[in-house]
Amino acid sequence: MSSGLKTFAASVAVTAALALGLSGAMAAETPKKGGVLKFVVPDEPPSFDGHRETTFALIHPIAPFYSLLTKVNPENSSDPTDIICDLCTEMPKATDGGKTFTFKLRQGVTFEDGSPLDAKDVKATFHKIIFPGEGVSSARKAYFVMVDSVEAPDASTVVFKLKYPSSAFIPALAMPFNFIYDDAKLAQDMHWYEKNVLGSGPFQKFERQAGAFIKGTANPNYYEKGKPYLDGIEAIFAKKESLRVQAIRGDRAAIEFRGFPPQSRDDLVKALGKDITVQESDWNCVLLITPNHRKKPFDDVRVRRALTLAVDRWGGSEYLSKIAIVKTVGGIAFPKHPLAATKAELEQLAGYWPDLAKSREEAKKLLKEAGIPDGFKFTLNNRAVDQPYKIVGTWLIDQWKQIGLVVDQQVQPTGPFYDTLRKKQDFDVSIDFNCQSIVNPLLDVSKFISADLSDSQYGGYIDRDVDKLFNAMNETDDTAAQRKMMREMEKIILDEKALGFITMWWYRIIPHRSYVKGWNVSPSHYLNQDLANVWLDQ
Amino acid sequence: MHQYIVKRILLMVPTLFGAAVLVFFLMRMIPGDVCELRLAGTGSTFDPASLALCQKELGLDKPMFVQFVSWVGGFFVGDLGTSMWTNQPIVSEIALRFQVSLQIALMATVVSIAISIPMGIISAVKRNTWIDYAVRAFSIAGIAMPSFWLGILIILGLLITSQAWYGVPWMPPITYVPIWEDWQVNLSMLIWPALATGYRYSAVATRMTRSAMLEVLREDYVRTARAKGLIEKVIVNRHALKNALLPVVTVIGIEFAFLMGGLVVTEQVFNLNGLGKLFVESVSNHDYTMTQSLVMLVALIFVVTNFVVDLLYAWLDPRIRYS
Amino acid sequence: MATSELPATMPTDARTHRTAWQVFTRMARRQPLGVAGGFIVLLMIFMAVFADFIAPHDPTAMNYSAFAVAPGAEYWLGTDPLGRDVFSRIVYGARTALFVGFVSAIIGGGAGLVLGVGSAYFGGMIDLIFQRVMDIFMSFPLIIMALAMVAIFGTGTDKVIVAITIPFVPRCARVVRSSALAVREMPYVDAARSIGYSHSRIILRHMVPNVMAPFLIMITAFVGQAILLEASLSYLGLGVQEPTPAWGLMLQGGAELYAESAPWIAVFPGLAITLAVFGFNLFGDAVRDTLDPRLRSQ
Repeated sequence: MSSGLKTFAASVAVTAALALGLSGAMAAETPKKGGVLKFVVPDEPPSFDGHRETTFALIHPIAPFYSLLTKVNPENSSDPTDIICDLCTEMPKATDGGKTFTFKLRQGVTFEDGSPLDAKDVKATFHKIIFPGEGVSSARKAYFVMVDSVEAPDASTVVFKLKYPSSAFIPALAMPFNFIYDDAKLAQDMHWYEKNVLGSGPFQKFERQAGAFIKGTANPNYYEKGKPYLDGIEAIFAKKESLRVQAIRGDRAAIEFRGFPPQSRDDLVKALGKDITVQESDWNCVLLITPNHRKKPFDDVRVRRALTLAVDRWGGSEYLSKIAIVKTVGGIAFPKHPLAATKAELEQLAGYWPDLAKSREEAKKLLKEAGIPDGFKFTLNNRAVDQPYKIVGTWLIDQWKQIGLVVDQQVQPTGPFYDTLRKKQDFDVSIDFNCQSIVNPLLDVSKFISADLSDSQYGGYIDRDVDKLFNAMNETDDTAAQRKMMREMEKIILDEKALGFITMWWYRIIPHRSYVKGWNVSPSHYLNQDLANVWLDQ
Repeated sequence: MHQYIVKRILLMVPTLFGAAVLVFFLMRMIPGDVCELRLAGTGSTFDPASLALCQKELGLDKPMFVQFVSWVGGFFVGDLGTSMWTNQPIVSEIALRFQVSLQIALMATVVSIAISIPMGIISAVKRNTWIDYAVRAFSIAGIAMPSFWLGILIILGLLITSQAWYGVPWMPPITYVPIWEDWQVNLSMLIWPALATGYRYSAVATRMTRSAMLEVLREDYVRTARAKGLIEKVIVNRHALKNALLPVVTVIGIEFAFLMGGLVVTEQVFNLNGLGKLFVESVSNHDYTMTQSLVMLVALIFVVTNFVVDLLYAWLDPRIRYS
Repeated sequence: MATSELPATMPTDARTHRTAWQVFTRMARRQPLGVAGGFIVLLMIFMAVFADFIAPHDPTAMNYSAFAVAPGAEYWLGTDPLGRDVFSRIVYGARTALFVGFVSAIIGGGAGLVLGVGSAYFGGMIDLIFQRVMDIFMSFPLIIMALAMVAIFGTGTDKVIVAITIPFVPRCARVVRSSALAVREMPYVDAARSIGYSHSRIILRHMVPNVMAPFLIMITAFVGQAILLEASLSYLGLGVQEPTPAWGLMLQGGAELYAESAPWIAVFPGLAITLAVFGFNLFGDAVRDTLDPRLRSQ
């Protein structure tokens, strides 16, 4: 870990300690055994194969059944750079000029059916993820572009060889979707894990009632002796947010792991007092505004700059953080990461100026220059999800009203919403989002590279300067250089060429029953969900 | 009579086939598909190869006509296929939800009858008095309230009052337990939506009971009975009610059919794992196979109920001729 | 379901003419509930038409320093989580609700009227096929049909109207058809046919006026249903969209979460919906009773 990361870790720890004054999850208490943790999840996972799916609705109920090679530290989960071993015995040092990582595996770990877990299984797993081959789909293959090969020289050793040194590799490896599968099952049928759950994690005996719940019981042979503390888990599916909040209040569930709006936190605390513990964290999810570069007048940089200049991010943060799950003002990288811009750096960028009046004057001037009349109308494409999409969308419309733009909102369910972004491409300006599990800004900003290189950049622009910076950043492990390039990239994207904009970063608020102990909030609702350390103080 | 029944049954076939065609193409008109949705999770890292693969696996790359034939063909061999979203057999996915919806529909119908028959009778007997007006206003208010609003008020009301009275907030269970496993849990979950729904749907039946009663009360034999000096209560119960039953039965029957699968919003509010919730989820997940099967199920319930109601009508009222 | 709500035989003496005032006094005397409903409907219409004069605030203006403020002198019914005046949004919401309600009821009902009468008039194979088609549409739960329509066409006021209108058509057509069947056998229709009047003339001049009673009953019921349906779509996140002031929208999302700490956000729009639908239903019942000859003759 570089010194930058260490300082960062320390600062996060302090902030966390301050922010979590309410939190009772301190290490001093002795965990009690027993009990079933009930938690609510908004949706049901489409299949059970973590390598294939992208939703947290898979992580929350399924992650407790599996082990990973590496994971975020459950004791220090608020630090996104603190990655520890799960199945490995020690985090490896890179050799071969930063291009080779050798992992030693724990001995005696078995899958639920009793078959031993060894290097062959890890190799087969990462082959499925990185080199899925014909007929197999792997959702996060792109995160492993730097990997050249995965080998298992003996039963307890796995070797990853990279094409070039990359700081993005270790975080990518710890992504919570990288469940370790049994190579025998994969050899039999690469799709076997879509319909079946069989892992080596803290919980086993997967039981599902369609649309209602997923249950698991403690794995007596879990490799960490004494864990898990719980007897079992029960993930209850509940689509409506208000019902999930009420479920915590009526004690039908103890916790929801995605995050509640600020108001629900306040209501729960008010109703239940010390029976509720609140944990909060910055969230590695961000709402973006994507102007459609293929469409007039949004092909004009002046118009795009005006759009971003009109948005009062500092004021909005204060205000929106009371009603929505957004809070932190930031640039293109996760705000609490060493690669992110400081406040002083942000204030140099269009749309982040401390002087709002000046910013809006400039916006109006730019619109005038571009020949945009007062009262110009366009449509904001948005996703039919309340928190935070529609709230932020409605707020943005009001922001643009301040510079004389009349915007109406076209809200679509998720399917048609993506169809508009990817296929129809006929929107004017759209809300978009980037929500990642492990904090890995080097790769997370791939959202902004040219449309012919990224399948998730929906603005439709091509900018080779951005691409160059992105590649250079990823092919080095020099943090200082990365940071400099990140600033340059940020300046181009957000300001000079106004390719796309950031609104605000999300803020994760987890009010849970105080008897839930040993679970610590992390910067992502995907992380730290194996629940091995969780216990109930009842 | 037999000819009539056979004819009616034969006429169900084109209706069901038409429903199959309609839902099949309607679903495919919705922009996007189940595969795009699956890969939407993180907003970044979208992989077109995975998309193409997923579409191939689910047969979405085949011509629509081929997809249609294979789906309809499945019906004839009793194979409904698997859900495109969960990949599980549709029959087992629906079976559980069916159970929940059936119980809610039955309970709500009982509530609805328990409210509408007495209220309708009182309203008719006390016609144009303030009692009549109060009863009608009450019943119409039920149908005027948005069902989710009523649901939210009920849940919140339970939480607040239980905390005020017992110090511990209580709300109905949020996971379904079959009534034969634990009737207390089962009923404490389902009674609330059944009450809310039953009340809402009693409005039409109350009005039917009232107007049918009014009509019957005017008919000669009731006048005769009244002339004979029978007390009004007996008149009401014996003679009038029997005849008034007919249209009320119709309304209740048709509403019952509606309750199986139409309780979309109420099921969301109370987190009931029923057909309505499955319906909304499968439409929004672009789960073609599941939505198609659900539509066919609901359409089947609809045509069969209509058929049964018509038969019942014909059987109860000899004045009706089968035409 | 609506077929069964109506008597099997339909009024055939609708040619009796009365002035509007006579109708009103008659109703006021005989139908106090209906008149109350009528007043509510008028109030809603008044609110919708004169929203610009009644509403004290701009319904879309956000006051960032006044979010979820309790009812008071400045904001009579409080503000919502975005700092907008609840009262003004309710007043303007009446406009949206009535627009959605009337447009979808009239278009859906009108299409149903034409199709229903046409089907009854031509009879035979046309009627048989037509009935099957209507059955197909009817066999979809109304909300699911609307949901699919919204998913296809998108959200927003105009699209929501389309989504609500389409499922109304077969429901109206069915009712109209069953009463038109009775009219078709009337001597004057036969007479018109024997004189050699065109189909469209017979349908429009002779049949349509005689099925107006059930048609009007359906329409009044539809307006209320459309308002509720719009609210339900909003609850599922697929109705009219922000920043348009609409009751269903006001009840969705934020309102649920604030139901306890800031109840005015959820309670008043809910009451507005309930009151409006209540008014239309009371009024509709009165129309039904007035037009239904079997109840009128007492």
